Amino acid sequence: MLQVEALACQRGGRWLFDHFTLTLIPGELIHLQGVNGSGKTSLLRILAGLSSPESGIVRWNGVDIQECRDEYVSHLLYLGHQPAVKDDLTVRENLQVSCRLAGLEPSAESLRSALEETGLLSRSNLPARVLSQGQRRRLALSRLWLENRRLWILDEPFTALDVHATQLLERRLEAHLAAGGMVILTTHQQPDIAEDYLRILGVGT
Amino acid sequence: MKTLHILRWLLQRDIQLVFRRRSDLVSTLFFFVIAVSLFPLGVGAEPALLRAIGPGVLWVAALLSAMLSLSRLFAADHADGTLEQLLLSPVPLTLVVGVKVLAHWLVSGLPLALLAPLLGLQFDLAARDLGVLTLSLLLGTPLLSLIGAIGAALTLGVRGAGVLLAVLVLPLYIPVLIFGAGAVAASATGMDPAAGLSLLGALLALGVVFAPLAAAAALRLSIE
Repeated sequence: MLQVEALACQRGGRWLFDHFTLTLIPGELIHLQGVNGSGKTSLLRILAGLSSPESGIVRWNGVDIQECRDEYVSHLLYLGHQPAVKDDLTVRENLQVSCRLAGLEPSAESLRSALEETGLLSRSNLPARVLSQGQRRRLALSRLWLENRRLWILDEPFTALDVHATQLLERRLEAHLAAGGMVILTTHQQPDIAEDYLRILGVGT
Repeated sequence: MKTLHILRWLLQRDIQLVFRRRSDLVSTLFFFVIAVSLFPLGVGAEPALLRAIGPGVLWVAALLSAMLSLSRLFAADHADGTLEQLLLSPVPLTLVVGVKVLAHWLVSGLPLALLAPLLGLQFDLAARDLGVLTLSLLLGTPLLSLIGAIGAALTLGVRGAGVLLAVLVLPLYIPVLIFGAGAVAASATGMDPAAGLSLLGALLALGVVFAPLAAAAALRLSIE
Protein backbone atom coordinates (compact mmCIF):
# COMPACT_ATOMS: atom_id res chain seq x y z
CA MET A 1 0.00 0.00 0.00
CA LEU A 2 1.31 3.42 -0.98
CA GLN A 3 0.46 6.39 1.21
CA VAL A 4 1.30 10.01 0.53
CA GLU A 5 0.91 12.57 3.27
CA ALA A 6 0.93 16.37 2.93
CA LEU A 7 3.32 16.38 0.00
CA ALA A 8 4.53 19.78 -1.22
CA CYS A 9 6.67 20.48 -4.25
CA GLN A 10 8.25 23.68 -5.53
CA ARG A 11 9.80 24.22 -8.96
CA GLY A 12 11.42 27.46 -10.04
CA GLY A 13 10.04 29.37 -7.06
CA ARG A 14 6.44 28.34 -7.77
CA TRP A 15 4.43 25.92 -5.67
CA LEU A 16 3.21 23.06 -7.88
CA PHE A 17 1.19 21.41 -5.15
CA ASP A 18 0.86 21.68 -1.43
CA HIS A 19 -0.70 19.30 1.11
CA PHE A 20 -1.14 16.65 -1.56
CA THR A 21 -2.45 13.42 -0.06
CA LEU A 22 -3.33 10.08 -1.60
CA THR A 23 -3.64 6.43 -0.69
CA LEU A 24 -3.21 3.66 -3.23
CA ILE A 25 -4.50 0.22 -2.26
CA PRO A 26 -3.98 -3.13 -4.05
CA GLY A 27 -6.17 -3.50 -7.13
CA GLU A 28 -6.46 0.22 -7.69
CA LEU A 29 -5.36 2.48 -10.53
CA ILE A 30 -4.94 6.18 -9.95
CA HIS A 31 -5.13 8.33 -13.06
CA LEU A 32 -3.50 11.69 -12.35
CA GLN A 33 -4.98 14.53 -14.33
CA GLY A 34 -3.86 18.10 -14.67
CA VAL A 35 -2.95 20.73 -17.24
CA ASN A 36 0.58 20.91 -18.71
CA GLY A 37 3.05 22.05 -16.09
CA SER A 38 0.80 21.21 -13.16
CA GLY A 39 3.43 18.93 -11.65
CA LYS A 40 2.30 15.43 -12.65
CA THR A 41 5.79 14.29 -13.65
CA SER A 42 7.35 15.93 -10.58
CA LEU A 43 4.84 14.06 -8.40
CA LEU A 44 5.61 10.71 -10.05
CA ARG A 45 9.35 11.29 -9.65
CA ILE A 46 8.84 12.00 -5.95
CA LEU A 47 6.71 8.87 -5.59
CA ALA A 48 9.46 6.84 -7.26
CA GLY A 49 12.02 8.32 -4.87
CA LEU A 50 13.98 10.02 -7.67
CA SER A 51 13.60 13.48 -6.21
CA SER A 52 12.72 14.64 -2.76
CA PRO A 53 9.69 16.78 -1.88
CA GLU A 54 9.80 20.14 -0.18
CA SER A 55 7.86 18.62 2.68
CA GLY A 56 5.65 15.62 3.29
CA ILE A 57 6.25 11.90 3.32
CA VAL A 58 5.74 8.90 1.03
CA ARG A 59 5.15 5.59 2.79
CA TRP A 60 5.28 2.06 1.39
CA ASN A 61 3.37 -0.33 3.68
CA GLY A 62 3.64 2.22 6.44
CA VAL A 63 7.41 2.84 6.20
CA ASP A 64 9.02 5.97 4.75
CA ILE A 65 10.44 5.05 1.30
CA GLN A 66 13.72 6.78 2.15
CA GLU A 67 14.15 4.24 4.97
CA CYS A 68 13.13 1.11 3.08
CA ARG A 69 14.55 2.02 -0.32
CA ASP A 70 15.89 -1.46 -1.17
CA GLU A 71 12.60 -3.09 -0.29
CA TYR A 72 10.62 -0.40 -2.12
CA VAL A 73 12.54 -0.50 -5.42
CA SER A 74 12.18 -4.29 -5.52
CA HIS A 75 8.39 -3.80 -5.75
CA LEU A 76 8.50 -0.78 -8.02
CA LEU A 77 8.48 -0.48 -11.79
CA TYR A 78 8.92 3.12 -12.93
CA LEU A 79 8.70 4.05 -16.60
CA GLY A 80 9.55 7.69 -17.12
CA HIS A 81 8.98 10.21 -19.87
CA GLN A 82 12.09 9.03 -21.73
CA PRO A 83 11.79 5.40 -22.79
CA ALA A 84 15.38 4.47 -21.71
CA VAL A 85 16.02 2.82 -25.09
CA LYS A 86 19.58 2.68 -26.44
CA ASP A 87 19.81 3.39 -30.18
CA ASP A 88 22.91 1.25 -30.65
CA LEU A 89 21.53 -1.92 -29.08
CA THR A 90 19.03 -4.22 -30.77
CA VAL A 91 15.43 -4.40 -29.61
CA ARG A 92 16.08 -7.69 -27.83
CA GLU A 93 19.29 -6.47 -26.17
CA ASN A 94 17.52 -3.33 -24.99
CA LEU A 95 14.83 -5.32 -23.24
CA GLN A 96 17.35 -7.77 -21.80
CA VAL A 97 19.61 -5.00 -20.50
CA SER A 98 16.81 -3.03 -18.87
CA CYS A 99 15.58 -6.16 -17.08
CA ARG A 100 19.10 -7.09 -15.99
CA LEU A 101 19.83 -3.65 -14.59
CA ALA A 102 16.63 -3.99 -12.57
CA GLY A 103 18.06 -7.22 -11.14
CA LEU A 104 16.24 -9.83 -13.23
CA GLU A 105 17.64 -12.46 -15.54
CA PRO A 106 14.87 -13.11 -18.08
CA SER A 107 15.06 -16.34 -20.07
CA ALA A 108 15.28 -16.22 -23.86
CA GLU A 109 11.76 -17.64 -23.98
CA SER A 110 10.24 -14.96 -21.74
CA LEU A 111 11.98 -12.19 -23.71
CA ARG A 112 10.53 -13.68 -26.87
CA SER A 113 7.01 -13.87 -25.54
CA ALA A 114 7.13 -10.31 -24.14
CA LEU A 115 8.25 -8.98 -27.53
CA GLU A 116 5.56 -11.06 -29.19
CA GLU A 117 2.92 -9.48 -26.93
CA THR A 118 3.99 -5.97 -27.90
CA GLY A 119 4.32 -6.85 -31.59
CA LEU A 120 8.07 -6.30 -31.82
CA LEU A 121 9.17 -9.90 -32.31
CA SER A 122 9.79 -9.49 -36.04
CA ARG A 123 12.10 -6.56 -35.25
CA SER A 124 13.93 -8.10 -32.31
CA ASN A 125 17.30 -8.13 -34.09
CA LEU A 126 17.12 -4.62 -35.50
CA PRO A 127 18.95 -1.76 -33.80
CA ALA A 128 16.53 0.41 -31.82
CA ARG A 129 17.49 3.50 -33.82
CA VAL A 130 15.30 2.36 -36.73
CA LEU A 131 12.18 2.15 -34.53
CA SER A 132 9.41 4.73 -34.70
CA GLN A 133 8.32 6.68 -31.60
CA GLY A 134 5.39 4.32 -31.05
CA GLN A 135 7.60 1.26 -31.36
CA ARG A 136 10.08 2.72 -28.86
CA ARG A 137 7.23 3.20 -26.43
CA ARG A 138 6.12 -0.40 -27.02
CA LEU A 139 9.67 -1.57 -26.36
CA ALA A 140 9.81 0.32 -23.05
CA LEU A 141 6.39 -1.06 -22.10
CA SER A 142 7.49 -4.65 -22.86
CA ARG A 143 8.94 -4.71 -19.36
CA LEU A 144 5.36 -4.78 -18.03
CA TRP A 145 5.03 -8.32 -19.43
CA LEU A 146 8.34 -9.49 -17.95
CA GLU A 147 8.72 -8.05 -14.48
CA ASN A 148 6.55 -9.12 -11.66
CA ARG A 149 6.39 -5.90 -9.65
CA ARG A 150 3.47 -4.82 -7.50
CA LEU A 151 3.55 -1.07 -7.99
CA TRP A 152 3.72 0.48 -11.45
CA ILE A 153 4.44 4.19 -11.82
CA LEU A 154 3.94 5.11 -15.47
CA ASP A 155 4.51 8.58 -16.91
CA GLU A 156 2.44 9.05 -20.09
CA PRO A 157 2.49 5.36 -21.10
CA PHE A 158 -0.10 5.91 -23.86
CA THR A 159 1.90 8.54 -25.76
CA ALA A 160 2.49 7.62 -29.43
CA LEU A 161 0.67 4.28 -29.13
CA ASP A 162 -1.78 3.26 -31.86
CA VAL A 163 -5.32 2.00 -31.17
CA HIS A 164 -4.28 -1.63 -31.03
CA ALA A 165 -1.34 -1.03 -28.65
CA THR A 166 -3.52 1.20 -26.47
CA GLN A 167 -6.03 -1.62 -26.04
CA LEU A 168 -3.22 -4.08 -25.39
CA LEU A 169 -1.83 -1.87 -22.62
CA GLU A 170 -5.31 -1.38 -21.12
CA ARG A 171 -5.83 -5.16 -20.96
CA ARG A 172 -2.38 -5.59 -19.37
CA LEU A 173 -3.19 -2.93 -16.78
CA GLU A 174 -6.49 -4.65 -15.96
CA ALA A 175 -4.80 -8.04 -15.60
CA HIS A 176 -2.25 -6.48 -13.24
CA LEU A 177 -4.99 -4.81 -11.18
CA ALA A 178 -7.05 -8.01 -11.05
CA ALA A 179 -4.00 -9.78 -9.62
CA GLY A 180 -3.83 -7.21 -6.80
CA GLY A 181 -1.30 -4.86 -8.39
CA MET A 182 -1.24 -1.10 -8.03
CA VAL A 183 -0.85 1.47 -10.79
CA ILE A 184 -0.43 5.21 -10.78
CA LEU A 185 -0.20 6.89 -14.17
CA THR A 186 -0.58 10.14 -16.04
CA THR A 187 -2.13 10.48 -19.48
CA HIS A 188 -4.13 13.04 -21.39
CA GLN A 189 -6.30 10.30 -22.89
CA GLN A 190 -9.21 8.55 -21.22
CA PRO A 191 -7.99 5.00 -20.66
CA ASP A 192 -10.71 2.40 -21.05
CA ILE A 193 -10.23 0.61 -17.72
CA ALA A 194 -13.00 -1.12 -15.76
CA GLU A 195 -14.51 1.44 -13.37
CA ASP A 196 -14.07 -0.77 -10.32
CA TYR A 197 -10.33 -0.21 -10.50
CA LEU A 198 -10.15 3.36 -11.73
CA ARG A 199 -9.78 6.48 -9.59
CA ILE A 200 -9.19 9.91 -11.08
CA LEU A 201 -7.25 12.51 -9.15
CA GLY A 202 -6.44 16.09 -10.08
CA VAL A 203 -2.97 17.59 -9.58
CA GLY A 204 -2.19 21.27 -9.22
CA THR A 205 -4.29 24.25 -8.42
CA MET B 1 25.63 -12.03 -5.39
CA LYS B 2 22.86 -10.29 -7.30
CA THR B 3 24.73 -7.00 -6.91
CA LEU B 4 27.81 -8.48 -8.58
CA HIS B 5 25.72 -9.80 -11.45
CA ILE B 6 24.10 -6.44 -12.07
CA LEU B 7 27.46 -4.67 -11.97
CA ARG B 8 28.92 -7.18 -14.42
CA TRP B 9 25.99 -6.67 -16.78
CA LEU B 10 26.40 -2.90 -16.53
CA LEU B 11 30.11 -3.15 -17.38
CA GLN B 12 29.32 -5.45 -20.28
CA ARG B 13 26.65 -3.06 -21.58
CA ASP B 14 28.85 0.03 -21.36
CA ILE B 15 31.69 -1.66 -23.24
CA GLN B 16 29.27 -3.09 -25.80
CA LEU B 17 27.85 0.40 -26.41
CA VAL B 18 31.32 1.83 -27.00
CA PHE B 19 32.12 -0.91 -29.51
CA ARG B 20 28.85 -0.31 -31.34
CA ARG B 21 30.02 3.29 -31.78
CA ARG B 22 33.71 2.78 -32.41
CA SER B 23 34.25 6.21 -33.99
CA ASP B 24 34.16 7.87 -30.54
CA LEU B 25 36.84 5.54 -29.26
CA VAL B 26 39.04 5.89 -32.36
CA SER B 27 38.78 9.69 -32.45
CA THR B 28 40.04 9.98 -28.87
CA LEU B 29 43.04 7.78 -29.61
CA PHE B 30 43.67 9.57 -32.88
CA PHE B 31 43.69 12.91 -31.08
CA PHE B 32 46.32 11.56 -28.69
CA VAL B 33 48.54 10.32 -31.54
CA ILE B 34 48.21 13.53 -33.57
CA ALA B 35 48.72 15.91 -30.62
CA VAL B 36 51.87 14.07 -29.52
CA SER B 37 53.24 13.82 -33.06
CA LEU B 38 52.86 17.55 -33.70
CA PHE B 39 55.51 18.47 -31.15
CA PRO B 40 58.58 16.93 -32.86
CA LEU B 41 57.39 18.63 -36.06
CA GLY B 42 56.92 21.96 -34.32
CA VAL B 43 60.04 22.23 -32.15
CA GLY B 44 62.45 20.49 -34.48
CA ALA B 45 64.29 17.20 -34.26
CA GLU B 46 66.93 18.11 -31.67
CA PRO B 47 67.24 14.86 -29.59
CA ALA B 48 68.23 16.56 -26.33
CA LEU B 49 65.27 18.97 -26.54
CA LEU B 50 62.85 16.16 -27.42
CA ARG B 51 64.05 14.04 -24.53
CA ALA B 52 63.49 16.98 -22.20
CA ILE B 53 59.93 17.78 -23.32
CA GLY B 54 58.84 14.21 -24.09
CA PRO B 55 57.41 13.19 -20.69
CA GLY B 56 55.48 16.45 -20.31
CA VAL B 57 54.09 16.39 -23.85
CA LEU B 58 52.93 12.77 -23.60
CA TRP B 59 51.26 13.39 -20.26
CA VAL B 60 49.52 16.61 -21.29
CA ALA B 61 48.24 14.94 -24.47
CA ALA B 62 46.96 11.98 -22.46
CA LEU B 63 45.22 14.39 -20.08
CA LEU B 64 43.49 16.27 -22.88
CA SER B 65 42.35 13.18 -24.75
CA ALA B 66 40.99 11.69 -21.51
CA MET B 67 39.03 14.97 -21.15
CA LEU B 68 37.51 14.56 -24.62
CA SER B 69 35.57 11.43 -23.77
CA LEU B 70 34.53 12.51 -20.27
CA SER B 71 31.38 14.38 -21.26
CA ARG B 72 29.96 11.11 -22.62
CA LEU B 73 30.34 9.31 -19.30
CA PHE B 74 26.81 10.03 -18.02
CA ALA B 75 25.30 12.29 -20.70
CA ALA B 76 23.84 9.56 -22.94
CA ASP B 77 22.27 7.68 -20.02
CA HIS B 78 20.88 10.96 -18.71
CA ALA B 79 19.36 11.97 -22.06
CA ASP B 80 17.53 8.70 -22.74
CA GLY B 81 16.27 8.07 -19.22
CA THR B 82 18.54 5.11 -18.40
CA LEU B 83 20.08 7.04 -15.50
CA GLU B 84 16.70 7.13 -13.73
CA GLN B 85 16.47 3.36 -14.11
CA LEU B 86 20.00 2.99 -12.72
CA LEU B 87 19.01 5.09 -9.70
CA LEU B 88 16.12 2.68 -9.14
CA SER B 89 18.21 -0.46 -9.56
CA PRO B 90 18.86 -2.48 -6.38
CA VAL B 91 22.59 -1.63 -6.50
CA PRO B 92 24.03 1.35 -4.55
CA LEU B 93 24.67 4.30 -6.87
CA THR B 94 28.29 4.56 -5.71
CA LEU B 95 29.01 1.11 -7.14
CA VAL B 96 27.16 1.96 -10.36
CA VAL B 97 29.38 5.02 -10.75
CA GLY B 98 32.47 2.95 -9.96
CA VAL B 99 31.62 0.45 -12.68
CA LYS B 100 30.88 3.16 -15.23
CA VAL B 101 34.26 4.76 -14.46
CA LEU B 102 35.95 1.37 -14.86
CA ALA B 103 34.28 0.90 -18.26
CA HIS B 104 35.35 4.41 -19.27
CA TRP B 105 38.94 3.73 -18.26
CA LEU B 106 39.06 0.37 -20.07
CA VAL B 107 38.11 1.97 -23.38
CA SER B 108 39.88 5.33 -23.05
CA GLY B 109 42.67 5.32 -20.44
CA LEU B 110 44.02 1.83 -20.95
CA PRO B 111 44.51 2.16 -24.76
CA LEU B 112 46.31 5.48 -24.14
CA ALA B 113 48.71 3.86 -21.69
CA LEU B 114 49.40 0.99 -24.09
CA LEU B 115 49.90 3.33 -27.05
CA ALA B 116 52.18 5.75 -25.19
CA PRO B 117 55.48 3.77 -25.38
CA LEU B 118 55.16 3.67 -29.15
CA LEU B 119 54.77 7.44 -29.29
CA GLY B 120 57.53 7.87 -26.72
CA LEU B 121 60.00 6.55 -29.30
CA GLN B 122 59.54 9.81 -31.23
CA PHE B 123 61.02 11.63 -28.26
CA ASP B 124 64.08 9.37 -28.08
CA LEU B 125 63.13 8.03 -24.65
CA ALA B 126 65.15 5.02 -23.46
CA ALA B 127 63.53 1.61 -22.87
CA ARG B 128 63.55 2.11 -19.10
CA ASP B 129 61.87 5.53 -19.43
CA LEU B 130 59.22 4.04 -21.72
CA GLY B 131 58.51 1.43 -19.05
CA VAL B 132 58.15 4.15 -16.40
CA LEU B 133 55.92 6.14 -18.78
CA THR B 134 53.58 3.20 -19.29
CA LEU B 135 53.49 2.45 -15.58
CA SER B 136 52.81 6.08 -14.67
CA LEU B 137 49.97 6.22 -17.22
CA LEU B 138 48.55 2.93 -15.94
CA LEU B 139 48.42 4.45 -12.45
CA GLY B 140 47.41 7.93 -13.59
CA THR B 141 44.72 7.41 -16.23
CA PRO B 142 42.29 5.66 -13.84
CA LEU B 143 42.65 8.76 -11.64
CA LEU B 144 41.80 10.97 -14.61
CA SER B 145 38.61 8.96 -15.17
CA LEU B 146 37.74 9.01 -11.45
CA ILE B 147 38.24 12.75 -10.98
CA GLY B 148 36.57 13.42 -14.32
CA ALA B 149 33.49 11.47 -13.24
CA ILE B 150 32.86 14.04 -10.48
CA GLY B 151 33.02 16.86 -13.03
CA ALA B 152 30.88 14.96 -15.55
CA ALA B 153 28.23 14.33 -12.89
CA LEU B 154 28.23 17.96 -11.74
CA THR B 155 27.87 19.39 -15.25
CA LEU B 156 25.16 16.95 -16.32
CA GLY B 157 22.38 18.67 -18.24
CA VAL B 158 24.06 22.08 -18.01
CA ARG B 159 24.34 24.22 -21.14
CA GLY B 160 27.92 24.48 -22.43
CA ALA B 161 28.85 21.50 -20.31
CA GLY B 162 31.99 20.72 -22.33
CA VAL B 163 33.84 23.94 -21.51
CA LEU B 164 32.59 24.02 -17.93
CA LEU B 165 33.79 20.45 -17.48
CA ALA B 166 37.29 21.37 -18.69
CA VAL B 167 37.45 24.41 -16.41
CA LEU B 168 36.27 22.31 -13.46
CA VAL B 169 38.38 19.22 -14.00
CA LEU B 170 41.70 20.37 -15.49
CA PRO B 171 42.88 22.14 -12.30
CA LEU B 172 42.19 18.94 -10.38
CA TYR B 173 44.35 17.03 -12.87
CA ILE B 174 47.42 19.12 -11.99
CA PRO B 175 48.78 16.84 -9.20
CA VAL B 176 48.36 13.80 -11.45
CA LEU B 177 50.25 15.58 -14.22
CA ILE B 178 53.05 16.71 -11.92
CA PHE B 179 53.68 13.31 -10.35
CA GLY B 180 53.18 11.38 -13.61
CA ALA B 181 55.37 13.53 -15.85
CA GLY B 182 57.77 14.00 -12.95
CA ALA B 183 58.33 10.26 -12.58
CA VAL B 184 59.16 9.89 -16.27
CA ALA B 185 61.41 12.96 -16.26
CA ALA B 186 63.22 11.67 -13.17
CA SER B 187 63.82 8.34 -14.89
CA ALA B 188 65.06 10.13 -18.04
CA THR B 189 67.64 12.08 -16.01
CA GLY B 190 68.84 8.92 -14.29
CA MET B 191 67.05 9.43 -10.97
CA ASP B 192 64.73 7.05 -9.18
CA PRO B 193 61.12 7.39 -10.43
CA ALA B 194 59.74 5.53 -7.40
CA ALA B 195 58.70 8.70 -5.54
CA GLY B 196 56.38 9.98 -8.28
CA LEU B 197 54.96 6.53 -8.94
CA SER B 198 54.28 5.91 -5.23
CA LEU B 199 52.49 9.24 -4.94
CA LEU B 200 50.40 8.42 -8.00
CA GLY B 201 49.54 5.06 -6.45
CA ALA B 202 48.54 6.76 -3.20
CA LEU B 203 46.35 9.25 -5.06
CA LEU B 204 44.76 6.40 -6.99
CA ALA B 205 43.95 4.55 -3.76
CA LEU B 206 42.30 7.71 -2.40
CA GLY B 207 40.47 8.32 -5.68
CA VAL B 208 39.04 4.80 -5.90
CA VAL B 209 37.50 5.22 -2.45
CA PHE B 210 36.27 8.81 -2.54
CA ALA B 211 35.63 9.79 -6.17
CA PRO B 212 32.68 7.40 -6.74
CA LEU B 213 31.06 8.67 -3.52
CA ALA B 214 31.42 12.29 -4.62
CA ALA B 215 30.28 11.55 -8.18
CA ALA B 216 27.23 9.64 -6.93
CA ALA B 217 26.25 12.55 -4.68
CA ALA B 218 26.70 14.96 -7.61
CA LEU B 219 24.58 12.71 -9.85
CA ARG B 220 21.74 12.69 -7.33
CA LEU B 221 21.84 16.49 -7.28
CA SER B 222 21.81 16.89 -11.05
CA ILE B 223 18.97 14.44 -11.55
CA GLU B 224 16.63 16.14 -9.06
